[in-house]
Amino acid sequence: MDDLRKKAKELLTENKVGVVIGYGQGSSGRARAVFIKDPDKTDQLIFNDKCVQDLALYLSKAEVKKMGKMAIVATVPVMRAILVLASEHQFVSDDLVVLGLSEEGKYVPLDDFKAVEEYLGALNIVLSEEDRAMIEKINAMSLEERWNFWQKEFSKCIKCYACRAACPLCYCHRCTVESNQPQWIPVAADAMGNMEWHIMRAMHIAGRCISCGYCAEACPMDIPLHLMTYTLIDEIKNDFGALAGMKADSEFALSHFKLDDKESFII
Amino acid sequence: MAEFEPKIVAFVCNWCTYAGADLTGTSRIKYSPSVKIIRFPCTGRIDFMLLLKAFANGADGIIVSGCHPNDCHYTSGNFHARRRWIVFRRLLDFVGVDVRRIQFSWVSAAEGSKWADVVNNTVAEIRKLGPYEAYQNLNNIAQEKEVSNG
Repeated sequence: MDDLRKKAKELLTENKVGVVIGYGQGSSGRARAVFIKDPDKTDQLIFNDKCVQDLALYLSKAEVKKMGKMAIVATVPVMRAILVLASEHQFVSDDLVVLGLSEEGKYVPLDDFKAVEEYLGALNIVLSEEDRAMIEKINAMSLEERWNFWQKEFSKCIKCYACRAACPLCYCHRCTVESNQPQWIPVAADAMGNMEWHIMRAMHIAGRCISCGYCAEACPMDIPLHLMTYTLIDEIKNDFGALAGMKADSEFALSHFKLDDKESFII
Repeated sequence: MAEFEPKIVAFVCNWCTYAGADLTGTSRIKYSPSVKIIRFPCTGRIDFMLLLKAFANGADGIIVSGCHPNDCHYTSGNFHARRRWIVFRRLLDFVGVDVRRIQFSWVSAAEGSKWADVVNNTVAEIRKLGPYEAYQNLNNIAQEKEVSNG
């Protein structure tokens, strides 16, 4: 951690970056995002098991971009989100310094995206046992049971859109959910609109999700909505050969195609 | 009691399936009148949300049809659509939406008789499944909530 603070201080002192985005102490023992501009304040940076937020979501915010070149404290999900954002041309790569953090919280120097790719490539990135078990459980249900399971979950939704705010890849300035001509998603938290919202959110993230799980973490109603995109990850990888967030110039599975994509349901 | 007559919405592309359906008519092939055809420039233009809206507004079944692979008027719209359908269909299945009610097909402008078969088979299939009450009932849950909130 001291190495990380030292590096952050160095970057700010030498004016190589305008802001360091990292985790700091929040209220009630929780961690929060901090935006450090003063080299003397780099002691604020912390890392512990409360630091679960995917900080990459701030990289596409105009308010943060205005602070100048950015350095970001990056755990594995943050690194992967950065690579998806880079693939989608959401920032200029020279404007970002990645301060890598291993899962144990050790500072990992990463010079450029190539180094990030290599670091991620050396890891065995898989879904957690818990998530995998949950997906298998849902897939083993009958159609009616699945419907009832999800309707019960969706009925809890209060349409706060915390899942959208938490996701580093949900960055559209004009979200379909705010469109009212036509009104795709009803404003009120009703049964139809809740389901439509969750299906739409999952479709817009499908093939891009880097399984940071922060959408479900942020959900105040504990809806396991991360499973909706997680369940597609393996299939998209196997069928279309794309695992999001492993390369800075990867192709988004749903904006590319192969002439021989396989399916069994089109007559 | 009269036989259940399903409501089917067909999202079709202008260049192949719509012309194919035209051919069905000019060839005087009879097919089920339960289908309402909506013409799109290309299958690539058919947003997945439109399918959800069709169910929400009372459709019991949906047909999505366009040019065969390699026949797209815009060269690649149907290839993009195919990937989208593969992913969308899996997602719907995962959340418990009955994907048997959505029939995807390729019908070219020369396949007037295939179009009649696609429609007739889909109507027969949906007739077996019955009205999609589970989905349409979601509209009523909203109303109940409004009433209970005064």
